[in-house]
Amino acid sequence: MTTSDTAISIQNMTMAYGDFVIQRDLNFDIRKGEIFIIMGDSGSGKSTLLKHMIGLKRPSSGTVLYDDMDFWAASESERKLASRRFGVLYQSGALWSVMTLAENIALPLRTYTDYSEKDITDIVALKLSLVGLAGFEGFYPSEISGGMKKRAGLARAMALDPEILFFDEPSAGLDPISAKRLDDLIIELRDGLGATIAIVTHELASIFAIGDRGVFVDADAKKQTALGKIDDLRNAPPNAKVAEFLNRSAPGST
Amino acid sequence: MEAGTTIVGNILHVVLPDSQFSNSFDAAALKADAVQLIDANEIKGVKYFLADGAAWNSQSLAVINGISKIATKKGVQSDLSEMPLGVSKILALSKSAASDVATKSGPSSFNLFEALGEQVIEAWRDVKETSSFLVDASRSFGRLFTGKAQYQRSDLSLFIQATGPQALIIVGVVNLLLGVILAFMGAVQLKLFGAEIFVADLVAFGHTREIAPMMTAIVIAGRTGAAYAAQLGTMQVNEEIDALKTFGFSPMDFLVLPRMLALALMMPLLVLYADALGIFGGYLIGVYTLDFGHMQYIVQTQNSIDLTDILYGVFKGLVFGILVAVIGCKEGLSSGRDASAVGDAATKAVVNGILAIIVATAIFSVLATALGI
Repeated sequence: MTTSDTAISIQNMTMAYGDFVIQRDLNFDIRKGEIFIIMGDSGSGKSTLLKHMIGLKRPSSGTVLYDDMDFWAASESERKLASRRFGVLYQSGALWSVMTLAENIALPLRTYTDYSEKDITDIVALKLSLVGLAGFEGFYPSEISGGMKKRAGLARAMALDPEILFFDEPSAGLDPISAKRLDDLIIELRDGLGATIAIVTHELASIFAIGDRGVFVDADAKKQTALGKIDDLRNAPPNAKVAEFLNRSAPGST
Repeated sequence: MEAGTTIVGNILHVVLPDSQFSNSFDAAALKADAVQLIDANEIKGVKYFLADGAAWNSQSLAVINGISKIATKKGVQSDLSEMPLGVSKILALSKSAASDVATKSGPSSFNLFEALGEQVIEAWRDVKETSSFLVDASRSFGRLFTGKAQYQRSDLSLFIQATGPQALIIVGVVNLLLGVILAFMGAVQLKLFGAEIFVADLVAFGHTREIAPMMTAIVIAGRTGAAYAAQLGTMQVNEEIDALKTFGFSPMDFLVLPRMLALALMMPLLVLYADALGIFGGYLIGVYTLDFGHMQYIVQTQNSIDLTDILYGVFKGLVFGILVAVIGCKEGLSSGRDASAVGDAATKAVVNGILAIIVATAIFSVLATALGI
């Protein structure tokens, strides 16, 4: 595999809070255009791993490469430039609560583009319609439901046409129908925009429905214990924990 | 069957009463009874029953658990065959689920010296963090003048509205009454020397230089400093600050700068307003209680202070405003991610804000004396 196929490369990364190690020696690549799943049991640090990948937390050792650019070795302005190339959907949507949905999506556009106000209004309407929220421009985040907040958060994450989209537990707290719709939307976005997608989740239905490849981080071993195609991991799990996780069986049973 | 304990052969019978969360039966006494019987006699087993017509709940289970734990230690078997099926199922579940043994220790015992030491270390860390935050904030202030700072102009006017005009009533009431208090207090003492007219000097000089900036800043620390900490803390809980960072916005420019600017602009004006109301409070007492003439009081006031005194107070107000804003924002941004953490952040913003105001006042007094201002 040549490096140009790789969107993100995590190399020998260790995450820690002070002396407390969460995960050590993580090694995996996310390829361009794939839907990559980060899975693991509760407390394994999957959300923390995501924070390390989007530049919110600095790894205690190891490197994060975006298209061969060493993220943490770069200057702050280069890091800001790089982070504009990815969009993040946070667990709760993380919409800015003092702004309307339209303002939430328009803010990055106003800041980083030279589009006219008219163009921005049109782009905002387009993004909202992509996530099924056409006409909700004037609503505040507190006035819409949790599922709508997530979709609005997704519209905002897509504001700058990112090359990589990160999702933190997209289906958490959604009913099965909304979760399925969000999964379908993720696939359509990947196919339509050609974006690379990294998802943190432990929702089995989502993992099997949309995941191409994935990594499993183990809370007890504090390291990654599986990496590869989701189908391969399910059919030939490399260890008992992954087998239990992907087949939803209790520890010890087969 | 009556509730209580009896020995039948070499089996201890424990009959549990109805326990619908009432205090009618003494669980501890029943348990102590049973344990004592197990100790004193050659018991082979413990058999549990429910009293006639009784229902069971968690209290019954806790009693059974307590007795059988001691019984098992002595090698005495428990027999639940006479109890409803649910009881044995729930008890079995509580034993199997115990495999995840919690290792977190409870709160350790209180040690005065340890607690004191921790407080000192934490206070020192606070001072260091706030200083470095202040440095970052002034960099952001610098970016404002080079036009590179990204923030929303509409935010700034909103904060100005909230910290200035909306604070007028509380700041006004507090300072008017402080003027009144100062005048009364001065009158009592100055009367001894027959120098009551100097009440006007005391009010004008004391209020513009010390009281107005300090008390206005304390009111603003409680009002605006706490609000800033709570706003930013809630944004932290809601991941809104993470979202700003991943879009390449600096929380310092985007969130702290407009708040700091709003207070830096409004505090000098509020201090001027406070000066006027404090002096007016003194005037009311001077004229209507101490029977000075209108002009007499006004002229005495004019002679007692000059522009330097007023500017000194206004400048202090500016510094206090920046301190309150920086401390409020710093506590909000370093807040933890749950509801009680946001409360703690607001508390710390007010407490540290007031402390900083008092310390800064003391430093100002020393400097002003040394420089002869």
